[in-house]
Amino acid sequence: MASSVSLKIEFGGGLELLFANQSSHKLTLPKFVPISNSTSLSSLSSSNLKDTDTESATSDDAAIPDGLKRVDVTYLLHHLRDHLLKERPELFMDKETVRPGILVLINDTDWELEGEGEYELKSGDELVFISTLHGG
Amino acid sequence: MPPKTCTLCSKNRAMLKRPKTGQQICKDCFFLVFETEVHNTIMDAKLFNPGERVAIGASGGKDSTVLAYVMKTLNERYNYGLDLFLLSIDEGITGYRDDSLETVKRNQQQYSMPLKILSYDELYGWTMDAIVGQVGRKNNCTFCGVFRRQALDRGAAMLNVHHIVTGHNADDIAETVLMNIMRGDIARLGRCTSICTQGEDTIKRSKPFKYSYEKEIVMYAYFKKLDYFSTECIYSPDAYRGHARVFLKDLEAARPSVIIDIIHSGEAFEIRDEVKATQKAQQVCKRCGYMSSNDLCKACTLLEGLERGLANAGITDRARRNMNAEGAAPDDMRTIPFYKPPTDMAAIPITSNS
Repeated sequence: MASSVSLKIEFGGGLELLFANQSSHKLTLPKFVPISNSTSLSSLSSSNLKDTDTESATSDDAAIPDGLKRVDVTYLLHHLRDHLLKERPELFMDKETVRPGILVLINDTDWELEGEGEYELKSGDELVFISTLHGG
Repeated sequence: MPPKTCTLCSKNRAMLKRPKTGQQICKDCFFLVFETEVHNTIMDAKLFNPGERVAIGASGGKDSTVLAYVMKTLNERYNYGLDLFLLSIDEGITGYRDDSLETVKRNQQQYSMPLKILSYDELYGWTMDAIVGQVGRKNNCTFCGVFRRQALDRGAAMLNVHHIVTGHNADDIAETVLMNIMRGDIARLGRCTSICTQGEDTIKRSKPFKYSYEKEIVMYAYFKKLDYFSTECIYSPDAYRGHARVFLKDLEAARPSVIIDIIHSGEAFEIRDEVKATQKAQQVCKRCGYMSSNDLCKACTLLEGLERGLANAGITDRARRNMNAEGAAPDDMRTIPFYKPPTDMAAIPITSNS
């Protein structure tokens, strides 16, 4: 069982401008992440980004280590803001969620039907972020 | 979380939560309810007459792109009998409008509709780039707004079209209601929720997306894979509207029905006649023939200020008086071509309810 999840991320509606004008990104996140949503690598002692599989402690059935949770959309938002975003983080996030006016789709479904930030990510998930804030 | 089933067809997987109703629906039901609601809005307001020539104000952005697609779909599905055109204004903003116009040109092919592009440069002799070069970034939105409004009417007249539909959506209208309340502009508050306006000019304007949520418009464009352009204007955006917008989005996050509720509040205001009467009587601009509430229309005043290097003349009354005190406009000054309304327009009376 892999200890990481691979995701495909798309930005649209002008949001890509905050991410180096690149609309499509692939990224890998650890399967377990700090409950605090801290994305600094030092806080991910055992399971950092380069770990691939093995590690029995991170298999599906194992207990979740102390202070960690299964990687969810809220953690992904923090990761995107801390590591991919190039400018004006306040245009992407507001408190612990996306800024109002940004639509999120998880595998082409409105994230409001999927539990929003609490949705637990799995390998192969595709997330789309679209800003509605630009003029029409 | 297990997949949810569409509450309308009870068959397919729900993919969207409607902000207006909270219903969880599938893609096919979403397309149908979105389009049908726009159709109902059109029918309830009796927006169109069979055989009418209608221009879609097209910027290449999400709202007007979805509007063009939905107007084409409904015109065919319900036999409105409309002759549809795309009408775009090229403000002359390098790196912004030139890119978005490429999108409109693709829409012209995709929807097989005739496209007319009218530029500020050809109409006024000034691009927005040149205007910003002279006036800076403080009042440039005033120039752009006044020039665009008149350019759309003139473009429509060139197409011999009497009716322009625009992509203003429910969120835009709710913002405008809030802004008019905050500014104490009660006369505008009284008319800003009208689906159809006619009066400041003789060409009819209407908003078929008056009750359509921005979220649904964007979702529609995404699911239909419509080709639209999304970049903020490179010149300073309308800051005041920006505040209203952020405030409204925060409210919407807490209670999604707030947008439609604000529109209903705006519609329910009864404006006293003496407040309505503050609107000046309409006349015709002595220089260009366009509708105006003064001897010179706003666009002619702004253009004269630009031409004479007194750009504030069109912005404040004092600067205009100062310009007039410097003498009359030189004879060789550039002016806007005389306005010729579409044929048969003269017979349509100017109403005062706009």
